[in-house]
Amino acid sequence: MYQAKRRTGLVFFPAFDWAINPTHPEREERLLYTQDQVFEEGIFDIEGIEEFKPDLVTVKDVQRVHFCVPDVWGVTTESHFISAGGAKTIGMAVMDKRVERGFALVRPPGHHAMRVVHGARGFCNINIEAIMIEYLRKAYGIRKVAIVDTDCHHGDGTQDIYWHDPDTLFISLHQDGRTLYPGSGFTNEIGGPTASGYTLNYPLPPNTSDEGFLYAIEQVVLPVLKEFEPELIVNSAGQDNHFSDPITNMNFTAQGYARLTELLQADIAVLEGGYSIEGALPYLNVGIILAMAGLDYSKVTEPNYNPMALRQKPEIMTWIQRIGDQVLTNWKNRNQLSEMARGDKRFEERSRTLFYDTDSLVEDQKETLRICPDCPGAWKIETECQKTQRALAIHVPVHACSDCRNLAMDWFEQGARQDFDAVFLQDRPQDRFVVKRRGAA
Amino acid sequence: MIIGLDVGGTHTDVVLLAKDGIRKAVKVPTNSADLFHTVLTGITAVTAGIDPASLRRIVLSTTLATNAIAQGCIPNVGMIVSSGPGIDPEYFRTHRNYTAVRGCIDHRGREIEPIDPEQVRQAAQCFLEQGITHLGIVGKFSVRNPAHEIAIQKALPPGFERIFLGHRVSGSLNFPRRIATTYLNAAVFPIHYAFFNAVRQSLAERGICVPIHIMKPDGGTMLLDASVDQPAQTILSGPAASVMGSLAFAFDEEDAIILDIGGTTTDIAVLVNLAPILNPSGITVGSYKTLIRSMESHSLALGGDSAISIAQGRLQIGPERKGFALAFGGPYPTPTDALCILGKIKTGNTDRAVEGFQPIAKALGCGIEDAAKQVLDTLCRTVVQEANELLRRINEKPVYTIHEILEGYRVHPKKILLLGGPAPYLASRIERFSEGMQVGVVPRWDVANAIGAALARTTTEVVLFADTQQGIAMAPEESWQEKVDRQFDKDKAIEHATALLRQKAVRLGAVPEDLETEVIEEYQFNMVRGFYTTGRNIRVRVQIKPGLIAASDAIVGMLSQE
Repeated sequence: MYQAKRRTGLVFFPAFDWAINPTHPEREERLLYTQDQVFEEGIFDIEGIEEFKPDLVTVKDVQRVHFCVPDVWGVTTESHFISAGGAKTIGMAVMDKRVERGFALVRPPGHHAMRVVHGARGFCNINIEAIMIEYLRKAYGIRKVAIVDTDCHHGDGTQDIYWHDPDTLFISLHQDGRTLYPGSGFTNEIGGPTASGYTLNYPLPPNTSDEGFLYAIEQVVLPVLKEFEPELIVNSAGQDNHFSDPITNMNFTAQGYARLTELLQADIAVLEGGYSIEGALPYLNVGIILAMAGLDYSKVTEPNYNPMALRQKPEIMTWIQRIGDQVLTNWKNRNQLSEMARGDKRFEERSRTLFYDTDSLVEDQKETLRICPDCPGAWKIETECQKTQRALAIHVPVHACSDCRNLAMDWFEQGARQDFDAVFLQDRPQDRFVVKRRGAA
Repeated sequence: MIIGLDVGGTHTDVVLLAKDGIRKAVKVPTNSADLFHTVLTGITAVTAGIDPASLRRIVLSTTLATNAIAQGCIPNVGMIVSSGPGIDPEYFRTHRNYTAVRGCIDHRGREIEPIDPEQVRQAAQCFLEQGITHLGIVGKFSVRNPAHEIAIQKALPPGFERIFLGHRVSGSLNFPRRIATTYLNAAVFPIHYAFFNAVRQSLAERGICVPIHIMKPDGGTMLLDASVDQPAQTILSGPAASVMGSLAFAFDEEDAIILDIGGTTTDIAVLVNLAPILNPSGITVGSYKTLIRSMESHSLALGGDSAISIAQGRLQIGPERKGFALAFGGPYPTPTDALCILGKIKTGNTDRAVEGFQPIAKALGCGIEDAAKQVLDTLCRTVVQEANELLRRINEKPVYTIHEILEGYRVHPKKILLLGGPAPYLASRIERFSEGMQVGVVPRWDVANAIGAALARTTTEVVLFADTQQGIAMAPEESWQEKVDRQFDKDKAIEHATALLRQKAVRLGAVPEDLETEVIEEYQFNMVRGFYTTGRNIRVRVQIKPGLIAASDAIVGMLSQE
């Protein structure tokens, strides 16, 4: 009997009845061939690999992370509840030690969904990893979490959610934003003034191959993770760096992904993108599952695999090494960077415009953060979107000091008297979400 | 009249059913070393004084193949597999004579790498030199395109007597299970063939020339002749027979747990809407996970004849059966002895039972009767716990669409149907542990398994796969393949699959009035390349619903009144 070296849990939810639209890359067919391959390989029969049925997340689980405008139901479908629920199920299985590691092969994905949600960005409505992580923090009392986002697109949503959180180390490896959606994720994006250095971006040049990816993991990601000492490592396991992916320009292979998985030793992997649904996903997913379970993946190769054709040019490696040095420098200098960013300011403000490409919406945000000497700081966002409502979102961090909490409560009281359609309070210390709507008693 | 015969671990039960009910029922002791003799004795006993011309069919449920596998007495067969990329096929090695060859088919049935006939010839030659004449051939994704399995067969040198191809085993995906199932077919073939030929011949000598059916683990039957192509299909059919026996008496459509408490084992299964729940992948036989359709059941090594012992001050029942109960001349105290002590069973030697229970009572620090009660309580509590565990597993099965998750049916039985030797004596005790579930004893609980075998209908399934971009539809198990155009869709696929299913069922022994077909899987995906729909990918699975033959109604009616 074939037996896994590490007990590994899988949630498989291909959502065979959900699509963004019939010809969209994110459609019913996307995990069909992965399922065929996984079934044909007999993966679920391997001793020590256990399949779990995804539970649905609750509205409360979503609200622990997001400010959904006008409300959670307005920006989600049942599929999102199951997809995030799949991640949560795997997270719980790992925390309960039913398995050592887990992989949620679910769709729709989530890593472009930010704090505030008016609609879908990059095929994402709600951030399934963040919903899982915040649930696990609440239920199991864990604090330090590292997220390594290996999707080819910058994990801008996850970055946004953890921008002010020094307890969450977010590392994103992705194709350089000058050449790919969403156009962000440069090395100077290092997190807000109270969490500088806990967001790390590693933009990779187009045509990066296994060699470049594995260099980035071994020489940069692993040393940073070791120093951060997270209680949990989560891999946002996007699979669109593959050489056959139709919407990206990278040269990663099934063998490379499996090796990356082996090196990273994430506790939990959650599937993100990946749109080479026939030529790559079936092989990538089998490779990743085997690597997670500590099994031999040496014979998992895609049909048109030709290592010679995918050899990386020397100048690409030089580029990757140079960027890697910058990332490491950001990490090493995080305390000074934070001091510089704080200066002697009491508040930090930023205004920005966000585009929801999938839903064609434009959002204007004005964010105010209290630069607190004792905690990550309370913050509020005034948000306005052409189609939906004007709202005020107020966040109290899990480990907020009493000053920040009091300030947030004041903001909430004042907001209710101002010209907003809705005022939201995400009160994490109390694990509650309060809404005041215009006209409501 | 119909004969139903079920070989159990302790007894072999045989019934002769006529339109007016049970004409005769006999129990003969099972001699697992000579099943042929056991079966023949049973049939001889039940047909004594009967005109052979009045018999319409015989249904046998035997442990033959199971025993052969469990005892490891299977002949030396060869396996040739071809896998392509993925898990190294070396991990699915069934035994020594197993060779992996080149060749690769992908998930849509497209050839990625051809096979190498010379490599196949060399492997086959090596088998022949070792005197191997039975062979299994299995390719990855052969159910999407069997061409490589067929090509390997064609490349073989002469000298092989019997060859089993993986795509004929099942239409389901699962390469390792296809390997194991094909291997078991090849391996149990000679013993299966010899046994049933002997049975057929012996019956013919007695003037009995009626269709002989064999029970399968999914609760259905197939003709003896058809079973020769898939002998492994007859593995572990015992639990299926008893569930079908209880089905005869489960009149309403409420979910029910079926408990068959035998001498050696207790089998647990679940009925939903008057049919057993089937295992979605296939039965596990010993260490082999297979693609053989079966009920979702659980077999517990615990029964009336399980040996009782005291381990570290705690009562332990089973897992071994070391012979009959003390009261019936056996070597160790058993739950059956407990029933004798409590006066439930009056036929045995109660004094021997009491004597044997003395050390147990002493270890437990109670009287003999209390010890007997504790034994029965432990037995009943364990059985109910295991039944609940099976329910939990069934309800936790993953599903793959939003629809299924949100509207997924949860099995929630409110009653337990009990059968098997000690059933009536344990009913009230089982009820005590089963939290509100109503417990009923199946009429004719003692031979319900044989009745189930007698009345089970022929079942089978067909999987049809179509890819309109490639312009093909196929049902590989049936060796059926047709060119299709762009207009081919799910409805047409279901139509074709159902027609194939009906033909197949009749070939396996079904009569037209028992062809209750149903669709159990239907998927249709648009295949989009670039931004254009290039075709449809369709998967359909249809089955003959497990159930009782139409002719059973009158018989069951009479049985219930008895």
